[in-house]
Amino acid sequence: MQADLTVILPEIILSIYAIGALLIAAYSGKDRLASLLVWITSALFVVVGLWIATRSGTGREAFGGMFQDDGFARFAKVTILLSAAAVMVMGQEYMARRNILRFEYPLLIALAAVGMMMMVSAGDLMALYMGLELQSLALYVVASMRRDSVKSTEAGLKYFVLGALSSGLLLYGASLVYGYAGTTLFSGIITSAQDHAPVGLLLGLVFVLSGLAFKVSAVPFHMWTPDVYEGAPTPITAFFATAPKVAAMGLFARVMHDAFGNIVSDWQQIVALLSLLSMFLGAVAAIGQTDIKRLMAYSSIAHMGYALMGLAAGTVFGVQAMLIYMAIYVTMNIGTFAFILSMERDGHPVTDINSLNMYSRSHPGRAVAMLILLFSLAGVPPLLGFFGKFYVLRAAYEGGLAWLAVAGVIASVIGAFYYLRIVFYMYFGEEGDALEAGRSPVIGGFLMVSAALMLVGIINMFGIEGMAQAAAATLVN
Amino acid sequence: MDNLLSITTFIPAIAALILAVFLRGDDEAANRNAKWVALIATSLTFLVSIFILAGFNPDDTGFQFVEERDWLLGLKYKMGVDGISVLFVMLTTFMMPLTIAASWGVTSRVKEYMIAFLLLETLMLGVFMALDLVLFYLFFEAGLIPMFLIIGIWGGAARIYASFKFFLYTFLGSVLMLVAMVAMFAEAGTTDIPTLMNHTFDSDSFSVLGIYVVGGMQTLMFLAFFASFAVKMPMWPVHTWLPDAHVQAPTAGSVVLAAILLKMGGYGFLRFSLPMFPVGAEVLTPLVLWMSAIAIVYTSLVALAQEDMKKLIAYSSVAHMGYVTMGIFAANQQGIDGAIFQMLSHGFISGALFLCVGVIYDRMHTREIDAYGGLVNRMPAYALIFMFFTMANVGLPGTSGFVGEFLTLVGIFQVNTWVALVATSGVILSAAYALWLYRRVVLGDLIKESLKTIQDMHMRERVIFAPLVAMTLLLGVCPWLITDIIGPSVAALIDNYDGALAAAEAASQTADASH
Repeated sequence: MQADLTVILPEIILSIYAIGALLIAAYSGKDRLASLLVWITSALFVVVGLWIATRSGTGREAFGGMFQDDGFARFAKVTILLSAAAVMVMGQEYMARRNILRFEYPLLIALAAVGMMMMVSAGDLMALYMGLELQSLALYVVASMRRDSVKSTEAGLKYFVLGALSSGLLLYGASLVYGYAGTTLFSGIITSAQDHAPVGLLLGLVFVLSGLAFKVSAVPFHMWTPDVYEGAPTPITAFFATAPKVAAMGLFARVMHDAFGNIVSDWQQIVALLSLLSMFLGAVAAIGQTDIKRLMAYSSIAHMGYALMGLAAGTVFGVQAMLIYMAIYVTMNIGTFAFILSMERDGHPVTDINSLNMYSRSHPGRAVAMLILLFSLAGVPPLLGFFGKFYVLRAAYEGGLAWLAVAGVIASVIGAFYYLRIVFYMYFGEEGDALEAGRSPVIGGFLMVSAALMLVGIINMFGIEGMAQAAAATLVN
Repeated sequence: MDNLLSITTFIPAIAALILAVFLRGDDEAANRNAKWVALIATSLTFLVSIFILAGFNPDDTGFQFVEERDWLLGLKYKMGVDGISVLFVMLTTFMMPLTIAASWGVTSRVKEYMIAFLLLETLMLGVFMALDLVLFYLFFEAGLIPMFLIIGIWGGAARIYASFKFFLYTFLGSVLMLVAMVAMFAEAGTTDIPTLMNHTFDSDSFSVLGIYVVGGMQTLMFLAFFASFAVKMPMWPVHTWLPDAHVQAPTAGSVVLAAILLKMGGYGFLRFSLPMFPVGAEVLTPLVLWMSAIAIVYTSLVALAQEDMKKLIAYSSVAHMGYVTMGIFAANQQGIDGAIFQMLSHGFISGALFLCVGVIYDRMHTREIDAYGGLVNRMPAYALIFMFFTMANVGLPGTSGFVGEFLTLVGIFQVNTWVALVATSGVILSAAYALWLYRRVVLGDLIKESLKTIQDMHMRERVIFAPLVAMTLLLGVCPWLITDIIGPSVAALIDNYDGALAAAEAASQTADASH
């Protein structure tokens, strides 16, 4: 028992912190403590993240295999915690200035983080569901943070209703899998799911897949994404676009390989189709958008398509490619959302793409940084975003999915159009009212650092490649 | 010096960085400083690149000045030049100071303009030196970003349409190449270009989606690379982005586009398509040859009908590139020698022609042919220079244009007489459109009121043209200066190509016999 608790110590610390801080804040300062709590929570995330990265002992299990603490989980957890910390720090000033910074926000994020850590470590369908729900419930609340705004509450409600539907699908699938495999443990399922798996098990697999696809917002389970992205306050949108996506992809990879790793050919087609549809819908639907947050929603759908392409390969390299892709994706998105957070006029946030007209005149430095990020998002070399695409393409080709690789690059050309459109407004437009860029040095810093990483990262990717490889090797065997 | 190539490649990038970080302000002095930094950096690059040429041994057909470092994912940072690429490197470093000098009159956002051109030079040099597939792709594609901005920010009235078309067209072509590169990486296990050139890719025919593919993988990969290089070249019928891009780009942008960027397609054919996929190349040679022949005739006819000077020269570029692809796929010594020669000579001539247009555009702010006429009366020096390059464009003996066209025609005649016949008619057509353009713009009486006060070329413009005139004449009179350098490498390329074809032939015969 004690050994089990040692394994989940990071999760325990974060949970106790969240509950303790909630009590203290509720009985004392309330929202006056909010800014402080944001900083403390972020610092705690960073510390716990670094601790997890350097923890000794690999491949440990807890609670009879329900909780896995392997290299894969660690890689995902570190990415989740660091990106969550970055997004929180980035949005703090924005929310404080608009009076939507409540003390619950950092604590809900902390609870969501525990849920996400649980997701990527799940070794059992029940553990999976617990993690997923803990994360989702916290995020439903966070999405409707701006209580007096119709859009924000609508976003929260939509997210909740559709999320509940997907949870239902997932649970239904899980019960089918349990019925046919006789166990909820992944290690047990994988022995029943061999070559001629019973049809009921496959049916369960499909339902589980649908539930997971909803969480990563893969087409055709994507419809909540644009509305939620648009409705939620921008810092929260930034959060949605980063950590939860990593967690959901991590969970996706874990279920597919740990539980259904012996019937790759049965799920490969489904994942490949999800990937194909996401890439194309993300690319095509974003063209008509005028709101940059909606555009980023479609962009993230397309990016999930590419990450799924790596997963569809069903190989160790595929998982490695997916992890690298997600790490790069998160870094790009933090920078892009830092830019969106800085878009304002007379102190009010602006999300219209038109308003970026001639942005490069008034803020040349920020415009260049955004330019780099946009080309990186489009996957144009020599920026880091290209390498993410290169990895997943290679994984897909080696996994026998050459057609998916071809489709993927064609979608990336279509997608390039809308990123170029933003560049067009920033650089080629006519003179107009200039946007203000906000005064927060923190936001500017995140934007610049993220853009610099896109350029400098091509030298050696800061060693992420090796870490992702080690992480992928522990998942697939 | 072990890393001469890297130094040459990255001098402009470092200069761009210096400009970006240290140069502040938007006043007259800052603009002047930006221009001087760019000019000095590009000139320095040229001087350093002379060491490459001086130290280059033409008789060694392998890669020289090779640098190698480990990189991500088993890729390598590997640079090197051989007889085929070294002269493209020289062409690039030679043209860049001239283009910077030609942009002296730029007034809006000078710093960004110079940064874009400096980065572009680094990327273009990288393309010709890269000896790793992905590194090549990196440089090849990254060049789109500065060019997109150059057309989009400093271009003409319809610049936005042109820049998007340019970017998306070329991007679409190249991503297919990327998939083929991924496939090559997976099949051969390496991205090292010299190794891949000696690797034999599978050429067994198979069916894809019910279509029987002769030459199998090789044909598919060839097509993927072809998609990219044909767009870049550009070949008929995927040339339509070029006239738009040329017309809208600022003068210097057009010069770089015509003189250097178009050559990447031809270089790619020589570096990848022929040596790596010989069977695929052979299968598709007739298609490429006829596409080239059609390009020569069709775009020459289109050029005749143009009313915009830049558009006319752009179409003439497409026609001249037709000779290049034709020569390359003739796959014999004269053909490939001629193709490379034609590319280099076209670099000087088309660059100079766009500069000629730039000279009068700067004065009159129109490129309409009808807006001019009788310039010889007030601009004798200009008339002479324009005359010279018009003749070079036509392929007058004594200029470099003649050698390239002649060699490619000799090459193709040995392979396919019909294609040669059609292509030769292009020589006459090119005389027609070029001379007619000259007649309408320069000769005749000066009757247009607006031209009455036009000034002849001033000192800076004359200085820019001098080296171009010298090179065009020099190469026209002494073609061996080039063929001596490229000859051995081209001969080795052809040996490999023929050898690979013979081996594939023998293999398929044994396969047939065993059935």
